[in-house]
Amino acid sequence: MASSDTKTALTDEPRDRSAGLEAGLDALETSATSRTPFSVTARTKILPPLVATAVVLVIWQGLITFNIVTDPTKLPSPADVATEFKDAWLEGKLLGYIWTSVERGLLGFLLALAIGTPLGLVVARVKFVRAAIGPVLSGLQSLPSVAWVPPAVLWLGLNNSMMYAVILLGAVPSIANGLVSGIDQVPPLFLRAGRTMGATGWKGAWHIVLPAALPGYLAGLKQGWAFSWRSLMAAEIIASSPDLGIGLGALLENGRNASSMPMIFEAIFLILFVGIAVDLLIFSPLERRVLRSRGLLVKG
Amino acid sequence: MATAIATADQAESVEYAARIEHVSKSFGGPAGQQLVLDDITLDVAPGEFVTLLGASGCGKSTLLNLVAGLDDPSAGSIKTDGRPALMFQEHALFPWLTAGKNIELALKLGGVPKNDRRTRAEELLELVRLQGSYGKRVHELSGGMRQRVALARALAQESRLLLMDEPFAALDAITRDVLHDELTRIWEETGLSVLFVTHNVREAVRLAQRVVLLSSRPGRIAREWTVDIPQPRRIEDAPVAELSLEITEQLRGEIRRHGQQ
Repeated sequence: MASSDTKTALTDEPRDRSAGLEAGLDALETSATSRTPFSVTARTKILPPLVATAVVLVIWQGLITFNIVTDPTKLPSPADVATEFKDAWLEGKLLGYIWTSVERGLLGFLLALAIGTPLGLVVARVKFVRAAIGPVLSGLQSLPSVAWVPPAVLWLGLNNSMMYAVILLGAVPSIANGLVSGIDQVPPLFLRAGRTMGATGWKGAWHIVLPAALPGYLAGLKQGWAFSWRSLMAAEIIASSPDLGIGLGALLENGRNASSMPMIFEAIFLILFVGIAVDLLIFSPLERRVLRSRGLLVKG
Repeated sequence: MATAIATADQAESVEYAARIEHVSKSFGGPAGQQLVLDDITLDVAPGEFVTLLGASGCGKSTLLNLVAGLDDPSAGSIKTDGRPALMFQEHALFPWLTAGKNIELALKLGGVPKNDRRTRAEELLELVRLQGSYGKRVHELSGGMRQRVALARALAQESRLLLMDEPFAALDAITRDVLHDELTRIWEETGLSVLFVTHNVREAVRLAQRVVLLSSRPGRIAREWTVDIPQPRRIEDAPVAELSLEITEQLRGEIRRHGQQ
């Protein structure tokens, strides 16, 4: 047995001839990667969106200050909108608005996840099912989910079930399609390698196909969330009822009914904020982690 | 000739690692059948290192797929001593697993109990001189290191026969030389049988005990050489170069025939 200690490979024993050479090659061809320091992250990732926000605020305030837009029912000043936020906060309603919608959105999304995942698996793996409903499933993605609100109201009435139905109809196709395209893009080489190792059938699906399809699946989840959130807002705007509580969509609709532009702005900002926050806090870190561990994320 | 330590006791039980008998393979529909392999008969003895050499279109990779059981021959039969392990030109390591976990997956699918896998994986990494790389991700390894992990993963399958489909073709010359040394060392230590496909004549001569030359379209066995140059050889050694020259002439002859038709 050749010595595996590379430090003693200076002997002329032919078996060891390559050991030191190999260690040298390994050292030359691998470079140490280090974590980006926080100061760099702050400068390259955090600063730009802050600057963009500041620019928008300055322009907005400028439109008011220099009397370019004079009608406050068309464009309220930033201060008016801030007051609207402050009042809602002091009345203790702000978090209630957010939570009513976020709870529905996340619960609906989880339901969509539970339905869309097995559906995607079956469509990807069973040829007959794919031929039967595959085109419909991708077609459904281009159908605006607001179209489902009228039938959902008639089927289920003005209640939470109707909201969930609209979310599901919007998000399930996205999640299923994401999984299908993730599975379609699994390199055939991985499947062959798996087969020679004895990973066929369910073993192959579990050990090879699903982990290989994960990036596509995650992209589908991300899109599924965006669809969930949009569907929910459509449903909340159209179907407002005192029994349903005031979510962000209802807040927007209330603003319109009261002709209160500050309230409308408040609702739009909150809807935008929640959409971005969920993406930034849940999906982006998840996606980055998966891509980075596979070396698919290029730094720069 | 190098002594294979582990082969002696196994040699009696089965007289071949792979037995390929009158194998033909054609592709395409009934309208345009194309014969890729024509009546191939070849034995790989236990512990033997055989290289299959040929120009493009000789069906050498097809033959390897047939032996690996990834495809069925159109005619003839292939018998192997257990399920062979297969190594590709691309490393085919799974990027969602670390180097160590890639090996452990092969162990798991091969039925190795959970408690033994970690130790076995570390041993295999040490065998390919990658001790300490257990937790490395595939993208953190160099091309040569990836192929060594792929080799360790193939060895984890405990197959009697290792099939290699141009595994070093995508590597630079320096790394390839080192991996030739590695493969020879591991082959001698483990007593494995190896069927190695390449289009590189010197590589074939450097590694093999027997070089089998395939002709192209359809692939037929054109000629065989027994290489009795003692290991460890180097690709620059005069006897290696000499035999390579002879084989290359023959190979070029095979290729020229196609230009004249």
